[in-house]
Amino acid sequence: MAAKTIISRPIYGTLSPQPGKHHLFVADAEGALAIIDMAGKAPPGFFDGAEIDFIPGPEGKHIAALEALRPAQLHIAPSFASLLPRLKQTLTNAHMGLRLYLAGTEGLIGQAMQVALEAGMDHTSIQTEHRGSLARRMQCVHCKGITENVTTQPALCAHCGLLLLVRDHYSRRLAAFQGVCINAEDRSEIPPMEEAFP
Amino acid sequence: MGITFRKETFRDDYTFRNSPEHIRRFPFPFNEDAYMYTVNIEPHVVGPKGSVLENLIDVDEHYVAEMQDRALVLAEDPLRCQSLPHMTLAGWDLLELLMEQQALGYPEHFTLERDGDRWRWINRPLGIDDTFTFGDTSTLPYGPMEYITRQSQGDFCILDQRDGNLWMDAGMVTTQADWSLDFDIGMNFFEWHAPVPLAHEKGIFTRALKFLTNIQQGKPARRLNWTMTINPRLDTSPENYHKWGPDRATVTPENVGQKVHLRVELQSFWRLPRSNAIVFPIRCYLIKMDELVTQPKWARRLHRVIRDLPEELATYKGLTRYRPTLVEWLSRLDDGSPTSPGFGPD
Repeated sequence: MAAKTIISRPIYGTLSPQPGKHHLFVADAEGALAIIDMAGKAPPGFFDGAEIDFIPGPEGKHIAALEALRPAQLHIAPSFASLLPRLKQTLTNAHMGLRLYLAGTEGLIGQAMQVALEAGMDHTSIQTEHRGSLARRMQCVHCKGITENVTTQPALCAHCGLLLLVRDHYSRRLAAFQGVCINAEDRSEIPPMEEAFP
Repeated sequence: MGITFRKETFRDDYTFRNSPEHIRRFPFPFNEDAYMYTVNIEPHVVGPKGSVLENLIDVDEHYVAEMQDRALVLAEDPLRCQSLPHMTLAGWDLLELLMEQQALGYPEHFTLERDGDRWRWINRPLGIDDTFTFGDTSTLPYGPMEYITRQSQGDFCILDQRDGNLWMDAGMVTTQADWSLDFDIGMNFFEWHAPVPLAHEKGIFTRALKFLTNIQQGKPARRLNWTMTINPRLDTSPENYHKWGPDRATVTPENVGQKVHLRVELQSFWRLPRSNAIVFPIRCYLIKMDELVTQPKWARRLHRVIRDLPEELATYKGLTRYRPTLVEWLSRLDDGSPTSPGFGPD
């Protein structure tokens, strides 16, 4: 679980089965375990109206366990970028009663939520559960570039190369934490880079 | 008698100055010898002649130079002005408010003529004379919010009110004290204030939100906020922090008086009539230490405030690096004698 710090930082819960017929799950890596844990509390037939979009990641685990839930649809995607067109289409065409569940890394939850918000869903209606890596998606406030999977504090901007303090301040619209130059006042001060978001 | 607008800069050679009359009218933000957050909101009503509250939207000698600086910022970074799609009506509300207030307060400089939806706006200091159809964006060179805020001093945030909260859904932000509209747009009141230390625990934002969501049309409110800036730089944005941050390391005992500026924000809050949104102008006033200490009461009081400021606040306001130098410089102007109550100079 990610630690709670400041108010703009998202708080994640535990997936729980919601009433309704149509359920969409988006998960990556260990997020699959959140779905599997939730399945134990789901009523019979719950997954008959469920689609699971799953990004297994490099370790490629948990696919068989998700298949065993017998969802109406299990879609395996190699990356979030490859899932994006399908997810946009599904959410744009969704009926009012569609329930959305997001599980896995913060980057996955944030980006899938960004698509859902653009499709007009309210963020408070979306179930989320954080599992796996604490790596952050970070926007450089200076050059506006997004750096994925940031695990260190401070972190280098992959675009402009400034050394950035990764703040807890988070934008749902950008699905990113804010990165601000850590040594702007004196560029000769170079704080050590530590593993902060494993 | 009209205002004599100064030719000056807020970057590069930093020729910004306050005239002696403008020093006297500076909105000094401390009414006692110490500072801590409070919900210091009061009705925004007209104040004494010659003060910054003489008109509810203040225009001063820096107007033309500030508008030129804003144009430079926007040319470099258009993301400083953004409006989510549902905020256009609120933009028209704001255009009306600012045209009315500026024409009312400064008829020698601004004129608004209305014939139904056909409006003519004359802005003499900036050489503008435009006729347009109110509500029809195609008749203006920019969207309504951008058009009028390119002609109005201060930053402007437009807050949509829904679900019992306020949402930062539009703004023109080029003279900010280190926060990013581009990052914060779309956030609610608690989210965009999330990085502020101490105030959440004190319940400041819960009470402030309750007050703000109840603001009535025609009854605006205001509060003062403050920080300090090295050099008279309006654009102290996080976007450019790597450019202005190094200035903080340049303060020496010899240059405190010229380099260190008290930066005061006169924030006001207005209900807009058609959109039911709140507009939140953040008007920035700068004064260099050499100017401020011409008023002995302000010199004594500022010394005590900065010296005794809690460490978290000093860090948040970015004073850490030069606070000792500033306090030492101010201490020579503080003989320990009492200060009179209230904000104004003696």
